[in-house]
Amino acid sequence: MENLINIFVKSIFIDNMVFAYFLGMCSFLAVSKTVKTSTGLGLAVIFVLGITVPVDYLLNEYILKPGALAWLSPKYAEVDLSFLSFIIFIAIIASMVQLVEMIVEKFAPSLYASLGIFLPLIAVNCAILGGSLFMQERDYQSVAEATSFALGSGIGWFLAIVGIAAIREKIKYSNVPAPLRGLGITFIVTGLMAIAFMSFMGIKL
Amino acid sequence: MKKDSNLYIFMYASIMVIIVAAVLSFTAETLKPIQKQNVKVEKIQNILSSVGIKSTKQNAEEMFDKYIPNNNRILINSKGEKVEGNAFNINLKIENSKAIDQRSLPLFIVNMDDGTKKTIVPLLGTGLWGPIWGYIAFEPDNNTIFGAIFDHKGETPGLGAEISKDWFQKPFKGKTIFEGDKFVSITVHKGGHGAAERAGDTKHGVDAISGGTITSKGLEKMVYESLEGYQSYFKENK
Amino acid sequence: MSEFLSKKSLKLLTDPLNDNNPITVQVLGICSALAVTVKVEPAIVMGISVMVVTAMANLIVSLLRNSIPDRIRIIVQLVIVAALVIIVDQVLKAYAYDVSKQLSVFVGLIITNCIIMGRLEAFALANKPGASFLDGIGNGLGYAVILIIIAVIRELFGAGTITLPGLGELHVVPQAFYDFGYKNNGLVILPPMALIVVGLIIWFQRAKNKGLIESK
Repeated sequence: MENLINIFVKSIFIDNMVFAYFLGMCSFLAVSKTVKTSTGLGLAVIFVLGITVPVDYLLNEYILKPGALAWLSPKYAEVDLSFLSFIIFIAIIASMVQLVEMIVEKFAPSLYASLGIFLPLIAVNCAILGGSLFMQERDYQSVAEATSFALGSGIGWFLAIVGIAAIREKIKYSNVPAPLRGLGITFIVTGLMAIAFMSFMGIKL
Repeated sequence: MKKDSNLYIFMYASIMVIIVAAVLSFTAETLKPIQKQNVKVEKIQNILSSVGIKSTKQNAEEMFDKYIPNNNRILINSKGEKVEGNAFNINLKIENSKAIDQRSLPLFIVNMDDGTKKTIVPLLGTGLWGPIWGYIAFEPDNNTIFGAIFDHKGETPGLGAEISKDWFQKPFKGKTIFEGDKFVSITVHKGGHGAAERAGDTKHGVDAISGGTITSKGLEKMVYESLEGYQSYFKENK
Repeated sequence: MSEFLSKKSLKLLTDPLNDNNPITVQVLGICSALAVTVKVEPAIVMGISVMVVTAMANLIVSLLRNSIPDRIRIIVQLVIVAALVIIVDQVLKAYAYDVSKQLSVFVGLIITNCIIMGRLEAFALANKPGASFLDGIGNGLGYAVILIIIAVIRELFGAGTITLPGLGELHVVPQAFYDFGYKNNGLVILPPMALIVVGLIIWFQRAKNKGLIESK
């Protein structure tokens, strides 16, 4: 249990998707103009990460990893399908996003109204694929660990985008040098936020 | 056939999947031997460099067989008894997740050019961002360190990543891991250049990397935990 | 051949280098851009990989553009890109093992690099294979150039070295500087500075090229 909390906190603050690995920067920059839309996108990312990473974890564990097929029959113990992982992960993400979109539309129309437009955008968000690839690379020991990593990363991403959106709303009233306006100042502010987040690195868990 | 008919889409998708699968399997299968060789050669070069033997990508395997012939790559258990298996093929990650008395501990015994035998122990641990690993070579007394090398997956360059640099690794030489009969491992001292000296720990201590504290502490933990299991073997083979 | 060297195709190649740069103007593909810019060597390899994938994907999609069923268009493009990226990854692991270790998951993330999907949608689906190929090369190049600029700045000020493929680590800052008390700036190597460096590059580029300045 302690381990799970450890992974969770670490992936929110220390291994933050945006500030430490720059994942999901495209939508991070494009959608962070207002707090309201950012909240929507942030929630959608938590949601989709929380679903795709565990699913990809199971696939990786029982199909893709070297020797993963041993549960089928010992003669497959030598098979190594890990070269297929990129394509499988992206396929799972794309189809999961589609599935989630349909389910949400059917059963929770109000949620769909606020989240719906962001879901298709998410299929090509690097943070989602990055989540699965990091999960594979860091070799988590159980579904629970993978899930807590996924949720932590999602929340970290959520915090980052809501934070930058709040700052951008205020920046509108500031006198930014013309060539820096918009994109340039956003990059620099994100950099400063990243420095602030680095202070979490000292946390002993 | 019409382009948006279901049959066409279905056929299109199937053919695409078959072609892609064929191309990918072909690439993966052709390149696999080279990739495996890369991993193997890197491991050999790491092991050899911990005792100061320089090897190139081309002659690595040859040198490995010369200095550490196959029956010098042994496995022991925590009681110091030899067990079945080959040290080169052991997966440290799996072993480290077991309790100490269940582990198979790999050892490489090097026949040096000067006739002495050094013992190399592989290490595996966690730094700040991901795994760190290394090899420590011991003098024949199995107490004094002859050489050490460390490497990492993605530590911060210029800070944690310095563990793979000479200046950090050199001071390990000559340090001892036992105080009398007690296993004390190696301590990494914070506080910049000369920190270990100021702390009065010249026998078992080295300087940490300033700014790379978490990696340094991770390394200290790795050395301790990886060597812990070898205590009985080291004591018996002084 | 004449078509290849015409003014129009030249424009396809050079436009993305400055006025229509994928990173600083179109804001695409930043995700995978920054994490590999700590050293110059991985940045160059990453730039080349992206260029190869963009060009090849553009070429293939453009060849198939009349046969791809509209309803599964995105999936087909994703599969093509993913397959190309897997091939690049496998080749890197076999022939550039050390660099591939440094790039780790970021090779895989080329799949979701918005530059590639963006160019496929915006260009390859509507243009001839030759032009699409050039467009891919141009955009890949524009991406690589920014990547390399950032990497040079970060490695030079952060570690005092420049790492080039085949040459290894070159110590560019002379020892005499250090003797006078010059220190490497560790901050430049940390993730936040990558973002700030991009911000500064954008500032510089827009100050030179007023047409790109965003309105309030």
